[in-house]
Amino acid sequence: MTTGYFTSVDDVAERLAATGYLASPAVATTVFLADRLGKPLLVEGPAGVGKTELAKAVARVADARLIRLQCYEGVDESRALYEWNHAKQLLRITAGREESWDETRTDIFGEEFLLSRPLLTAIRSADPTVLLIDETDKADVEVEGLLLEVLSDFQVTVPELGTITATRRPFVVLTSNASRELSEALRRRCLFLHIGFPEEELERRILTMRVPGLDEALAASLVRVVGALRAMDLRKVPSVAETIDWARTLLALGAGTLDETVVRDSLGVILKHQDDILKAAAKLDLDAV
Amino acid sequence: MTTPSAEVTAAGVTDRLTGLVRALRAHGFGIGTGESVDAGRALEAVGFADRERMREALAATLLHQEGQRALFDRVFDLYFPASAGPVADETAGQADTAALRERLAAALAADDRSALARLAGEAVGSLGGYGSSPGSDGWSSYQTLARLRPETLLARVRAMLRDASALEDAGSQAPAFTDRLTDDEIRRRIEAFREQVRTEARVRVAERQGRDRVARRAVGGAADSVDFLLAGRAQLDELRRTVHPLARKLATRLAARRRRAARGRIDLRRTLRGSLSTGGVPMRPVLRRRRPGRPELVLLCDVSGSVAGFANFTMLLVQALHDQFSRVRVFAFVNRTDEVTDLIARGSSDPAGLGARILAEAELTGWHGQSDYGSALGEFVERYVDAVGPRTAVFILGDARTNMTDPNLPAVRLIRDRARRVHWLNPEQPSLWSTGDSAALAYAELVDMRPCRNARQLGELIGRLLPV
Ligand SMILES: Nc1ncnc2c1ncn2[C@@H]1O[C@H](COP(=O)(O)OP(=O)(O)OP(=O)(O)O)[C@@H](O)[C@H]1O
Ligand SMILES: [Mg+2]
Repeated sequence: MTTGYFTSVDDVAERLAATGYLASPAVATTVFLADRLGKPLLVEGPAGVGKTELAKAVARVADARLIRLQCYEGVDESRALYEWNHAKQLLRITAGREESWDETRTDIFGEEFLLSRPLLTAIRSADPTVLLIDETDKADVEVEGLLLEVLSDFQVTVPELGTITATRRPFVVLTSNASRELSEALRRRCLFLHIGFPEEELERRILTMRVPGLDEALAASLVRVVGALRAMDLRKVPSVAETIDWARTLLALGAGTLDETVVRDSLGVILKHQDDILKAAAKLDLDAV
Repeated sequence: MTTPSAEVTAAGVTDRLTGLVRALRAHGFGIGTGESVDAGRALEAVGFADRERMREALAATLLHQEGQRALFDRVFDLYFPASAGPVADETAGQADTAALRERLAAALAADDRSALARLAGEAVGSLGGYGSSPGSDGWSSYQTLARLRPETLLARVRAMLRDASALEDAGSQAPAFTDRLTDDEIRRRIEAFREQVRTEARVRVAERQGRDRVARRAVGGAADSVDFLLAGRAQLDELRRTVHPLARKLATRLAARRRRAARGRIDLRRTLRGSLSTGGVPMRPVLRRRRPGRPELVLLCDVSGSVAGFANFTMLLVQALHDQFSRVRVFAFVNRTDEVTDLIARGSSDPAGLGARILAEAELTGWHGQSDYGSALGEFVERYVDAVGPRTAVFILGDARTNMTDPNLPAVRLIRDRARRVHWLNPEQPSLWSTGDSAALAYAELVDMRPCRNARQLGELIGRLLPV
């Protein structure tokens, strides 16, 4: 079952670009395949390279509803899948005192009392849907089992209601920072895409698009400095998000070109650790910071 | 690089895919039937016209983590090569090397990827062939790079870039801030080109010897099983990232051994003294409390040319393990010997630049640049022999290739007699020890010499040989 949002790799690239996401050839190809083969897409990569943004962009392009499951330590079935609305059930039980228990029971385990969470919502959605399971690696291992079940057959069994099967398969994106290795079984269910730092030319275009009014030459210089920083052995190298922040800062400061002073004074925008700043300053031959 | 390969059509593609999957499995990739089927469907979906899309399609369906990507790319290049077979102009002779270098410089300056890819093919074709048969018996990236010497183009490319920017903003002001980044950028481009040459040579060899064989042998496996002597720059980078995990593993193992060794040794003197209170019957055996005295380590490393990667990796590993020793001293040599302990300690923050800094800052060469074990060992004995005492374990690292000079066996004998023990780790396989200018067998008669060809072996050896 395919989601059928796109007609070709070029179609993916063009339409994503039109909504403000510039896809590398690898990204465009893999998104197209996820759409064609109807498989979930597992996106890994360092922080701030546009993993989350990719899912949002696909939703915009496909005019689909974006349903997001944000994972965190301790997220569980009742947050991810569904939960019964106990308060409402209690009210219903007290309201219907003269009914038999059998009647009440069939009633309180009905649609009306079900709290649908992202996974169930996505499965039941009749409209085009992008399901974003963000930062999957933050969730505990048990949740992976749940995801595995849901993503294998796109169906969910609620004991009191029966099995609910997707009438329309959502486009699924799982993101991970690889803070924990995801299980082999889950990986096998997915197409794999690693987004790394973009090539110079792509990053320049991302900058120009995201930071209107930024001078081309300045954008080019910024990207070169960021490239040099990434080649250094730092605790945290700057990502696309930091490049964008840096460009915005310079624009706000009215800096027209990069020079020694500008770089020295704004290095803190792109590097978060003091020892990284010192190391980078030394390598870039900046005077004392 | 969207050139469709003439051979890559729907018909041929299934065979190639099967071969690729087989090769990847042989390298330990867990690829099930489901994934192979998906890979086939993915190729069909993206078509066969754009090679990079085919690459991404296969990566998306066959890989499960980024760590597998470098190896995957090398295998992909074998089964889905950019051009069908060697290009025409195989005859270009030495005379054209200069012209080729000039074109390479221009392509590097422009960072023109497709020109660079073409030039890599041309370079292997014209400079990398060896043997006597018309089409060459084989292709060597090593020979290609030795003749083309792309790393020496830095200054030329820099000049080209400067001319180009001068033309652009004629008469403009002071040098731009980003000028200081240029050299490193050029170096990265040159390194990428060298990698392309290696790929190209592998592809050609594969065409001659059969893909399956080359895919199994020549693409290298996981970083820790890459042969030190064959590793390229990228592989050494990959390897360097394994230093800390390996050090952690070794530290745990050493600690466990130390615990075991500390247990169960009875201190006779103290047991007897304690027995006085029980009328001389040794009721309570006193276990010898081992002094926390940790061993001392001396590392003596050949850092010349091809063995430098091995030496640098080992130095970083030992530095990462320094807690395990009461003292670590590291000496490097080519034909002279100098202590580099401090350089290594500082080097942990910039492991990639370590090799270059050692060569730049230490006195390692006299009036020529070739290794000379005899002189180097002699100088070590003369200047630093005090570093070696009865608690010292000495590791000597190198291929024992003396360039026909005197091996200076007495120096090794002297080190052996002073040290607690001496091990010589040789990155060459034993079958080569007796060949050419190797003095390995002569040294091996004096001290324990072992082959150590990759990081996995090194880890095992260190875990086993280090005194506790
Ligand atoms: N290819 C791209 N085109 C347009 N914008 C991009 C692109 N890549 C990254 N960005 C921008 O970079 C920023 C960071 O992206 P995003 O938050 O999606 O990163 P992430 O990979 O999800 O990071 P994290 O792992 O921290 O969640 C966003 O502002 C996004 O718009
Ligand atoms: Mg995110």
